[in-house]
Amino acid sequence: MMDMDLIANILFATIRTGTPLLLVALGELVCEKSGILNLGQEGMMLMGAVVGFIAAFHSESLIVGFAIAILAGVIMSLLFGFIVIQLNANQVATGLALTIFGTGLSGFVGLNYVGESLKGLSEMPIPLLSDIPYLGVIFFSHDPLVYLSIFMTVAIYYFFRKTRAGLIVKAVGESPEASQAIGLPVYKIRYLAVMFGGGMAGLAGAYLSLVYTPLWADNMTAGRGWIALALVVFASWQVERAVVGAYLFGFMSIMHLILQGFDVSISANILATLPYVVTILVLVFLSKNQARIKLFAPVSLGKPFHRTN
Amino acid sequence: MATHTSEDVNEYRLVLEGITKQYPGCLANDHIDFKVKAGTIYAVLGENGAGKSTLMKIIYGVVKPDSGRIFWEGKETVITEPVHARNLGIGMVFQHFSLFETLTVLENIALGMNKDDAKDLDALAKKIVEVSNRYGMALEPDRPVHTLSTGERQRVEIVRCLIQDIKLLILDEPTSVLTPQEVDTLFTTLHQLAAEGTSIMFISHKLKEVQALCDFATVLRAGRVSGSCRPKEESITNMAKLMVGDETPVSHDYQKVVGGDDFLRVVDVCLSTDNPFGVILKNIDFTVKQGEILGIAGVAGNGQSELLAALSGESILDESGKILFPETDLSEQGPHIRREAGMAFVPEDRLGQGAVPDMSLSDNGLLTGFFQGMVKKGLLLPKPIRAFTRNIIKKYNVKCIDGNCMAKSLSGGNLQKFIIGREILQQPRCLIAAHPTWGVDIGAAISIHKALITLRDRGTAILIISEDIDELFTISDRMCALFHGQLSPIKPTADTTIEEVGRWMAGVFSDEEHHQVETLS
Amino acid sequence: MMKLKLEVRGYDSTIISYLSPVLAGLLTILCGSILFYALGKSPTQTLYTFFILPISDLYGVTELFVKAAPIILCATGLTICYRANIWNIGAEGQLLMGGLIGSWVALNLLEVEGSWVLPVVIIAGMLGGTAWAAIPALLRTRFHTNEILTTIMLNYISLNILLFAVHGPLKDPGGYNFPESALFSSSETMPVLVEGTRLHFGVLLAVLAVAITWVLLSKTFIGFQIQVLGKDARSAHFAGFKESKLIWIALLFSGATSGLAGVSEVTGPIGQLIPTISPGYGYAAIIVAFLGRLHPVGIFFAGLLMALLYLGGEMVQIELGLPLAMTGLFQGMLLLFLLACDVLIRYRIVLDRTKPQETIATTNLNPASGE
Repeated sequence: MMDMDLIANILFATIRTGTPLLLVALGELVCEKSGILNLGQEGMMLMGAVVGFIAAFHSESLIVGFAIAILAGVIMSLLFGFIVIQLNANQVATGLALTIFGTGLSGFVGLNYVGESLKGLSEMPIPLLSDIPYLGVIFFSHDPLVYLSIFMTVAIYYFFRKTRAGLIVKAVGESPEASQAIGLPVYKIRYLAVMFGGGMAGLAGAYLSLVYTPLWADNMTAGRGWIALALVVFASWQVERAVVGAYLFGFMSIMHLILQGFDVSISANILATLPYVVTILVLVFLSKNQARIKLFAPVSLGKPFHRTN
Repeated sequence: MATHTSEDVNEYRLVLEGITKQYPGCLANDHIDFKVKAGTIYAVLGENGAGKSTLMKIIYGVVKPDSGRIFWEGKETVITEPVHARNLGIGMVFQHFSLFETLTVLENIALGMNKDDAKDLDALAKKIVEVSNRYGMALEPDRPVHTLSTGERQRVEIVRCLIQDIKLLILDEPTSVLTPQEVDTLFTTLHQLAAEGTSIMFISHKLKEVQALCDFATVLRAGRVSGSCRPKEESITNMAKLMVGDETPVSHDYQKVVGGDDFLRVVDVCLSTDNPFGVILKNIDFTVKQGEILGIAGVAGNGQSELLAALSGESILDESGKILFPETDLSEQGPHIRREAGMAFVPEDRLGQGAVPDMSLSDNGLLTGFFQGMVKKGLLLPKPIRAFTRNIIKKYNVKCIDGNCMAKSLSGGNLQKFIIGREILQQPRCLIAAHPTWGVDIGAAISIHKALITLRDRGTAILIISEDIDELFTISDRMCALFHGQLSPIKPTADTTIEEVGRWMAGVFSDEEHHQVETLS
Repeated sequence: MMKLKLEVRGYDSTIISYLSPVLAGLLTILCGSILFYALGKSPTQTLYTFFILPISDLYGVTELFVKAAPIILCATGLTICYRANIWNIGAEGQLLMGGLIGSWVALNLLEVEGSWVLPVVIIAGMLGGTAWAAIPALLRTRFHTNEILTTIMLNYISLNILLFAVHGPLKDPGGYNFPESALFSSSETMPVLVEGTRLHFGVLLAVLAVAITWVLLSKTFIGFQIQVLGKDARSAHFAGFKESKLIWIALLFSGATSGLAGVSEVTGPIGQLIPTISPGYGYAAIIVAFLGRLHPVGIFFAGLLMALLYLGGEMVQIELGLPLAMTGLFQGMLLLFLLACDVLIRYRIVLDRTKPQETIATTNLNPASGE
C-alpha cells in the first residue's frame, strides 16, 4: 500500500504543474473557437515569463509582475492578430514566426536576469476546506492562480453555453462569411479572442517564472505552449475536457520526479521525454477518430478570411 | 434618366438612384435606378455576373456603393450595415445561406436579430413556431441546422426575416435549391406576404418563375439596367433577349436517342461516411448505355457529392457494391485506373477540385490529362503539355490570355469550358459530369450542351448530375433523381414530366400514391 | 474620413513576391538600427560589424558557406514539405538524429581505415534523419495525426536522446567526464576543399541538394503532384494523386536532407558529437524556406543571409559586447516582416474614399436633380 500522504502530494503537484497548461489551453481554446489558430503560444508564454519576472523583480510586487505579463501576452497576440486578421497571412506560418520571435526576444530581454531569483507567490490555503484530510492538501492548499484557473474554466464554460457573446464567437468560428452577411463584426470578435488567448498565455508564462520556479531561464517554457495546443485538440474544443487533459499532462510532466523518487534507474534525459511522448500518443489516439474532430472543430479554423465591402 | 420629384420619392418605399459600384476589373453596378412600392413583387433578372447580387447587398448594407442615392420611405438614407437594414425593415435571404450548421434554428435566428430583441430565447422560440406555421413553413426551433434539408434551411432564413417587422424582403435565387413542389409552396408564401403589404424583390435568372410570380421585372445586363417589363404580359423570348442581348441564341432543342449496350454498370453501391454532416448512399443501381445521356436530378446535399466521389474512385465503396466498366470491375480502383480505362470526370466545384486556382492552365491541363503522352519516365514533357492546353483553349473558345494564366483569373464560365474541354479532348468512353453549366452564361451553356451531344453521338456513355431540372430535360435521354442517398426509378425523358421528377426529388418514388421513402438511415 | 484598406488584386504579383523578402530584410535592418541606437551603439558601425565585417575576407566568406550548408540542407527538405502543405517543423530533430546516428556509426568505426568509411557514416546519418521523419509520416498517413505537433514534440525528444547519448553511451571514456564523444578519425571527417579554411565537402553536398530539389520540383511528375497536393488537396484527390505516397516522399526527403545536415556538421566543422551540434539550424531553415519563396535558388541565397545573421551575431558579441540573442531576435523579426509584406502579393493598399457625408451634401445642393 502506497503512502497516502505521498499520493496526496503527487496529486497536489499534478494540479500545480497542470495549471499553466490549463491557462494557455483555455486562452487558445477561445481563440480557436473564433476560427484563429495561434501557434505562437510558446512565444507569448516566454514573453509573459520574462517580462513578468523583470517587472516583479524591479517593482517587488508579484501583482505588477502578473499584470505586465498579461499585457506582454496581449501585445504579442496583437502583433499576430494584425498579421493574420488584418493582413490575412497564413496562420500556421505566422504563429510559428511569433514563437521564433518570442523565443529570440525573450532571450534578448532577459539576458541580464538569468540566474536572478525572487520570492515566488506562496500558497493560499482555503480556511476549513484545506483541513480536510488528503483532499485539503490536493485541492484547497494552492496558490491563488490555481483557483483563478478553475474560476476561468467555469466562466468560459458558462460563456459558451449561456451567453450571446459566446454564441457569436462560435458563429464567427464556424463561418466568418455568414457572420459578415448577418452583420457580425468578424474582425473585432477575432481580435478580442486572439487578445484573450495572448493574455492567458502571458499569465501562464508568468506562472512559470513567478510561481512554479521563481526565476528566469532561456526557453523555460520547454514546449508547454505546444503541449497546450495538443491539449485543445485533446479537449475537442470543450472546456470541461481541457481541465482533465491539463491535469493528465501535468501528471505526465512530473512522472520523472515520481519515478526518481522510487529509485528507478532510468536516465533523467530519457525520463524528460515522457511528456512529449505522451503528447504524441494522445494525439495519435485521438486523431484516429476523425469524425469526432470534424464534429467539434471550429469549421473555419485556420482559414483566411478577407472582409469585403 | 428618370427625374425624381419629392412626391415621387414619397410614393415609393424604396428608391435607388444612380447606384454605382466598381470592383477591381469589373463595373458591377453602373448607374442603376430602381423603385419599389409596398405590397408588390419585383423581379431582378439577369445572368450570372450581371450585378444582381451586388445591388441587393448594397440595399442590405453589406456592400457600400461608390456613388448613388438610396431613399427609404421617402428619406435619403445611407444604409451602413446589415443591422441598420434590419432596423429599417429590410430582410434578405441569401443564395448561399448565411446559416451556422452547428447551431440550432433558434440560435441562428437569435444571432440574426438585434441583441435586445433576442434576449428572451423561450419567447423567441414560441414566436418562431407561430410565424413559421402562419406562413406554412413549419420549423422546430431546437433542431441543429445541419440536420435540416436545403428547403428547410431556406425556411429558417425566411422566418428569420419575417420574425421582425418586415417591409422589404429580398430573395437571392431562392428557387435553385428547391424541388418544383417546394417552389410552389414558396410562391404561395410570397403572395401571402405581398398581400399583407410587404414588398418583395425576387432575384432570378429563371424566366418562367418570374412570369409566374412577379408584378414587375427589371433586367440587368453587365451592370446596367437593360430594360424592364411586366412579366405576365411579356414573352419569355423577349425577356431572354433583354438578359443576354440579341446576338446570343437563347435555347436549342436536341434529339432524344436510345442508347446502345450497357456500358457503365453501377450495382448496389453503398457508401458510408465519416463526415458527421455527410449523406450515406444506399443501394444505388443504374446503368449508362453507350451513346446516351442519363440525367440525375436532385436538390443539392442529397448525396450528389458522395455519388460522384464513389464513381470517380475518390471514395472507397462499402463492400457490397460494384462498378463495372464495361466488363472490368473497377470497384476497388482509384481515380488513376478509372481514367486509364477511359472514364473522364467533370467535378462539382470548378475551382478547388476541377482546377487548382493558383496554377496555370497548362498545369491544370496536366492535372487530369497526364495520360495523353505528357509524362515520360516520371519527367514532364513541356511541349505536349502546352499543345494540349492550346488545343482546349482554341476548340472550346476559352477566353484567356494564354496557357500561362492562372486558373483563378478566368471567369466561372470560361473555366467551366476549359474543364469540360480538358475532359472531352481525352476522348473518354464514359463521361461523368456534375452541373456542367452551373453559373455559366446562356451562350456558353448552349455550346457546352452541344459539345456533350456531339460526344454522345460519337458513342460515349454520359452521366449528368445536375440541380437544374430544365437542363436535364433539354439534354438527357433518360432521367432519374437522387434523394437522401437513394435513387428514384429511371425513365426515358420523353415518358416523364417535371411534376414526376419533382416528386422523385422530394423522395416520392412510387407511382401509386405518394408513399414517402424512408428518410432516416 | 480617409483610411487605408486592402483590395484584392485579382492576380498574384510575381514582382512583389520577389520584392517582399527584400522589403522584410530592410525593415529588419531598420528596426535593428533603432535597437542598436537604443542600446547606445552607433547604428552604422554596428550594422557594419553585423553584416559586412564577417565576410570582409576570404576566410569569412568560406565561413559563411560552412554556416549556410546545414541551414540550406534543412531548408531544401522543408521546401518540399511546405510545397506539399505538410507543416514539418521537425528539421531540427531530424538534424540532431542524423548527427547522433552518424556519430554512433563513426565511433564504432574509429579504428577502421578506408575511403568507404565516410560515405557509410554519411549514409547512416541520412538514414537516422529519414527514420526520424518516418514517424510523423506514419502517424499522419495512418492515423491523420497533425504533423505540426508531432514534429515539434519529436524535436524535444531527439534533443533529450542526444543529451542522453553524450552523457552516457557515446561519451568519450578518456574525456575527463565532459559530455562529448571521442574525436572522429581523419577518414571519418569531411575533406576540406580549400586549405586553411573550414570549407568542407558537406558544402558541395548542400549545393547538390539544391540542384536535386530544383529538378524534383520543376521537371518531374512527382514534383508536380506534390505541388498540386499543397496548393489544393481536393484537386489532387480528384486527379487521383496518392496523398499518402506524396506525404511519405516529402517527409522522407526532408528527413534525409536534415539528417545529412546533422552528419555533415559532426563530421565536418565539429569533428565529434557534442550536445550543441545545432544552434537552431532546423528552426532557422523554416525562415529560410519562406524567405527563399520555397524555391531552391531562393533558398540558397536566403540560407547565406541566415548564415550571415549567425556570423554577425557572433561578431557583434566579440567586437561590441552585444548579446548573442540578437540573432534569434533578428530571425523572428525577419519572418514576421516577411509574412506581413507578403500581403502585398495578393492585395494592394488603397485609400478608402467612401465618404457618406459627401453624398448627403450633394443632396442639399441639388435637391431635385436627376441628371
